[in-house]
Amino acid sequence: MAEQTEKINVTIDGNTIAVEPGTTILNAARMIGGDVVPPAMCYYSSLKGSGGKCRTCLVEVSKGSEKDPRPMPKLVASCSTTVMDGMEVKNKTSERVNDARHGVVEFLLINHPLDCPICDQAGECHLQDLAFEHGLEKTRYEFKRRTFDKIDIGEYIKLHMTRCILCYRCVYTADQLTNQREHGVMKRGDAAEISTYIQNALDNDFIGNVIDVCPVGALTDKTFRFRSRVWYTKPMDVHRDCQKCSGKAVAWMIGDDIARITARKDQFGEVKEFICNECRFDKKEKTDWVIEGPRHIDRHSVISANKYEDPIPEHTPLLNKA
Amino acid sequence: MARKLLLENVHIEGINTYDVYRKNGGYRSVEKALKTMSPEDVVEEVKKSGLRGRGGAGFPTGMKWSFIAKPDGVPRHLLCNADESEPGTFKDRYLMEKIPHLLIEGMILSSFALGANQSYIYIRGEYMYVLRILEKAIAEAYANGWLGKNILGSGFDMELSVAPGAGAYICGEETALIESLEGKRGNPRMKPPFPAVKGLWQRPTVVNNVETIAAVVPIVNEGGDAYAQIGIGRSTGTKLISASGNINKPGVYEIEMNITVEEFLYSDTYCGGIKNGKKLKACVPGGSSVPILPHYLVCKTAAGQDRLMTYESLSDGGFATGSMLGSGGFIVYDEDQCIVRNTWNFARFYHHESCGQCSPCREGTGWMEKVLHRLEYGHGKMEDIDLLWDIQRKIEGNTICPLGDAAAWPVAAAIRHFREEFEWHVNEPKACLDRNYGLVAEKIFEPATA
Repeated sequence: MAEQTEKINVTIDGNTIAVEPGTTILNAARMIGGDVVPPAMCYYSSLKGSGGKCRTCLVEVSKGSEKDPRPMPKLVASCSTTVMDGMEVKNKTSERVNDARHGVVEFLLINHPLDCPICDQAGECHLQDLAFEHGLEKTRYEFKRRTFDKIDIGEYIKLHMTRCILCYRCVYTADQLTNQREHGVMKRGDAAEISTYIQNALDNDFIGNVIDVCPVGALTDKTFRFRSRVWYTKPMDVHRDCQKCSGKAVAWMIGDDIARITARKDQFGEVKEFICNECRFDKKEKTDWVIEGPRHIDRHSVISANKYEDPIPEHTPLLNKA
Repeated sequence: MARKLLLENVHIEGINTYDVYRKNGGYRSVEKALKTMSPEDVVEEVKKSGLRGRGGAGFPTGMKWSFIAKPDGVPRHLLCNADESEPGTFKDRYLMEKIPHLLIEGMILSSFALGANQSYIYIRGEYMYVLRILEKAIAEAYANGWLGKNILGSGFDMELSVAPGAGAYICGEETALIESLEGKRGNPRMKPPFPAVKGLWQRPTVVNNVETIAAVVPIVNEGGDAYAQIGIGRSTGTKLISASGNINKPGVYEIEMNITVEEFLYSDTYCGGIKNGKKLKACVPGGSSVPILPHYLVCKTAAGQDRLMTYESLSDGGFATGSMLGSGGFIVYDEDQCIVRNTWNFARFYHHESCGQCSPCREGTGWMEKVLHRLEYGHGKMEDIDLLWDIQRKIEGNTICPLGDAAAWPVAAAIRHFREEFEWHVNEPKACLDRNYGLVAEKIFEPATA
């Protein structure tokens, strides 16, 4: 039995780390941290069944394992491939991976409206970050982009399907976090859309979390829509006593007013403790909350680009060109 | 005279009914297997026969069966994939329509070999009338004691039912088929775990093509070694080919896998040559997703040897100068056909059938269709050809299931072998609208020099 719990070694871009058996390549890379972490648009560690769909986290396995050192013929999705002992993985160091990732980013963007200037997600959008790092400067797509009508799902949430990249995260969230499932994916291929059954309202205590898990601006908070760009707001760690959830959240402040409340996201943009709708949508007064202090936003997104400790991240490619 | 194993009795009047089928030696193999053989013996015979999956991938069936996990107390399932939706392939429909009992007989044998007590035939929604034929045949089999509890007193129980799909190509992918059968949206699953470990309702499952399962009947009747005598090399036995396109005798043919493509295409036993005395321009030998072959590579390989109707010979030369046997959808094009239009048609199909789960296939198939449409209708640009090449390259191998590859290969092969025709569409936008074919005739018949 002792052997089964022994850690196994995996090497990613030359960094070796010992991990528990059953860990995925992506999670092993996240333990190493830094540049070797593949981007992930659909994988969400707390949602069962997520991952494998967006294909941005593709990596090359140049050595299968110690026992079977043959490389894997295809690129594999690092979020859903488990590590083997002695496995060697190439992420940024592989030409094939970079090439495929450029392709995936291009595919994700061809039907995206690129309406970042009027999108509430801009500044904290994973697709924006991904395109900044891996995308091309101009598009090769010369056809009409697909569009959908905006729909209201419930009192607080606006669904703008045109921006959606079909990561399925919100579907899993609604399925796993809340009692009843009322929305899913309809139609097929590039006509597929997230929708509720005949525009049912999504109405239960935790449904607001679909806004936080959305990597793009497809699901937005109607209490915050068009109020401010996110980088003009100050994120503060706050908490309150809540009967339904942990009450730990982030308040995004404009001056002394709370513009919006979100859950706390980690450095990979994932929420670890989901919050309830009451905290998110109803408690917008400063007196509702105990303020802990400024929130450090770890992601290299626009929000933290000129605030806090690291004013100009050194790896920002456009700034280094000058 | 070529031997027929599956379609031997197909011409007999009333062979779709139980009585006639039984009189002509039907269910003989079930008696043999259940009374004299163990499940392992059946698997062993199938392994010896060298039977390979007839659905397209050509994976050895015996090996697939031996991979199935056998945890204690967990039921196992056999699924028959009758979701035959590949353009150019219609062999399974013919088989099920004409001799439904052959499939049922094969299902009993295969279920017995795998220890599966509940088996399903997953049939595509468009084959509703075939479903009724199968249900009638299954009822007859139940009535005569070939299905149900304690078949022939052997202690083996088996239930068999037919489940229709709702008309989606993607549900022919085995994991999407399983999802669909479970009542969910037909999205392929991530592998691993493979269906042999966790398939239908998380139980060990084997998914086989109709023709594969039917082929188990002659294997059990005559023995695996006798079956392996037919054919060449690792391509053993007989194969059903759905021949279509510009030929004199389109239809379903059962061939021994040792004849040459030339014989199949030109002899009167089979396709009977190109229709209206025209010349051959191209051929898709295995259903729409396999690479198209230009006329100079159809009957001969790049090395100048005769090409045979076998798994190995058709894929000789890799994708550069070869193709695949695939599911046996043999589509022939004469000199009047336009490759760009054909490629656009295939791309349109894959765009329509993509499940939309993973991004390269969802977005890329639609993009390819739009670019090809533009080329076909005279609005194309020279860069479009390289763009298409780049798109297909970025789809291939980067998707969850093989639909992405299936969408990319025909485009890649068309550009590889018929680039001049694409260029002609760009250079002659008016002419390509007036005439429904690509290059002027004399240019088609020069092998590409590049």
